[in-house]
Amino acid sequence: MSVFLMSSSAVPAAQSVAPKRSPARFLRPALGLLLPISLAAFWEFAVYAGWSSGRLVPPPSVIFKTFAELWNTGELQTHALATLARVFAGFSCGVVAGTVLGAITGYSALTHRLVDPTLQALRSIPSIAWVPLFILWFGIFEASKIILIAVGVFFPVYLGVMGAVMSVDRKIVEVGRVFRLSGFEMVRRILLPAVLPAYVLSLRAGLGLGWMFVVAAEFLGASQGLGFLLIDGQQLGKPATIVAAIVAFAILGKATDAILAAATAPLLRWEDRFART
Amino acid sequence: MLLLDRVGKTYPNGVRAVEGVSLEVELGEIVAIVGGSGCGKSTLLRAVSGLDQPTQGRVVLDDIAVTEPDEKIGIVFQEPRLLPWLSVAGNVGFGLEHRPRQEREARVAAQLARVGLTEKAGVWPRELSGGQAQRVALARALIMRPEVLLLDEPFSALDAFTRVDLQDHLLDLWADGKPTLVVVTHDVDESIVLADRVVVMRPHPGRIEEEIAIDLPRPRDRQSAAYDFAKRRVLAALDRSLDRAASVDERETKTETGQAMWW
Repeated sequence: MSVFLMSSSAVPAAQSVAPKRSPARFLRPALGLLLPISLAAFWEFAVYAGWSSGRLVPPPSVIFKTFAELWNTGELQTHALATLARVFAGFSCGVVAGTVLGAITGYSALTHRLVDPTLQALRSIPSIAWVPLFILWFGIFEASKIILIAVGVFFPVYLGVMGAVMSVDRKIVEVGRVFRLSGFEMVRRILLPAVLPAYVLSLRAGLGLGWMFVVAAEFLGASQGLGFLLIDGQQLGKPATIVAAIVAFAILGKATDAILAAATAPLLRWEDRFART
Repeated sequence: MLLLDRVGKTYPNGVRAVEGVSLEVELGEIVAIVGGSGCGKSTLLRAVSGLDQPTQGRVVLDDIAVTEPDEKIGIVFQEPRLLPWLSVAGNVGFGLEHRPRQEREARVAAQLARVGLTEKAGVWPRELSGGQAQRVALARALIMRPEVLLLDEPFSALDAFTRVDLQDHLLDLWADGKPTLVVVTHDVDESIVLADRVVVMRPHPGRIEEEIAIDLPRPRDRQSAAYDFAKRRVLAALDRSLDRAASVDERETKTETGQAMWW
């Protein structure tokens, strides 16, 4: 109903619906594709014309062929699934820890004073620096990788949740007090919805870091995963494999972010945003 | 009956915002509290609402001391303070969460109809005008059928037309269940249109300067001589509360209606 009223009340928005169907709607984003496509076409031609062997910088056709080969043998899926599983596990752990600690430090001034300085100090350590220690502590297998990813995801989520809880409008909280909400109800009916937009942003930032850290994790002696594929391509001198893995990373990273954004969008319809997409 | 017994509020930094305010408000009475800035009228209202604790004295409603927000007491703030993630209907029904769904929906629909916003039920708060949002805030408080409704400068953020409109609307709504209304305002006209009694406060610290009964039949004609007389009495009391020379003639004479706002 709100959608109906919105579109009927906002005349300019209703008018802009019509041209959206025209080709201009597709052409404008296509403009951004012009540069990469022409570069790729140029390189393809350069290799085809024999100006370059294309051994270190494989042309698009070779990359595509490698990608298809890896796909057909099922290798790509295996590696992608292994990486996805790690990101998922690390992301989940990082999100749970970041959410719980962020919420507590945001809510309780005492806990904030006790815990936050330590976490901020830990945050300033480049997370990759933990790698040797994690390997000593948790071994070379999955545990150390997942923990490394979780550490990467933890900080943006922790900071996002803490900041969001601390900045919840006192006036809105007072509305909850007027209606005599219990502590739990106050969290469920006031604090949680109020922090949701910032929380979603921090989740997406966390997921982005999760994808960064999974590469680092898989560089350390993994036998599976897209990161392993990168190292493998380097050691066997197969740049096309490396680029194919990079392409897979890009697709998966973008896809998981889009899924996260789409899954949370219905919860944020109420937001009064500058740009409504 | 709402009873304020020598209510005082001293902030932790030593500032005395309110001191020794005693007031008796009958059930169904409309009391307006006016005064210059810093006279502690909002502080006083927050103490009555139970949101803040007075540091001296006590607030008593029906023989029970108010120490925290009470279900018999509703409050409307200067800003609508609607929850942006709930629809208009969701906001109005916010306090009825634990009632059976059917009852909740029926009461929300009735209350929305009462404030004339039935067609806005499914709309987000951000899509409302200032006046509409404040009407939703009124509906959210009134749906709880409070015995006492506190209003903290409820219409001061609205334009003059909407304000007059909502003042009349508030009286109309009040006539339904005749709750006690305590309205804090700095708009003298508002106090006289609404109140049975105007309490003028003096600042530093906030104390009651004078109580002025407004014995005018409702609806009140904002152009009548009696209205104008009442207004000049309140304005003169405000002058006294600020220890400055009289700016109005307090005698009952028919003059042009003055400025709408006191400053």
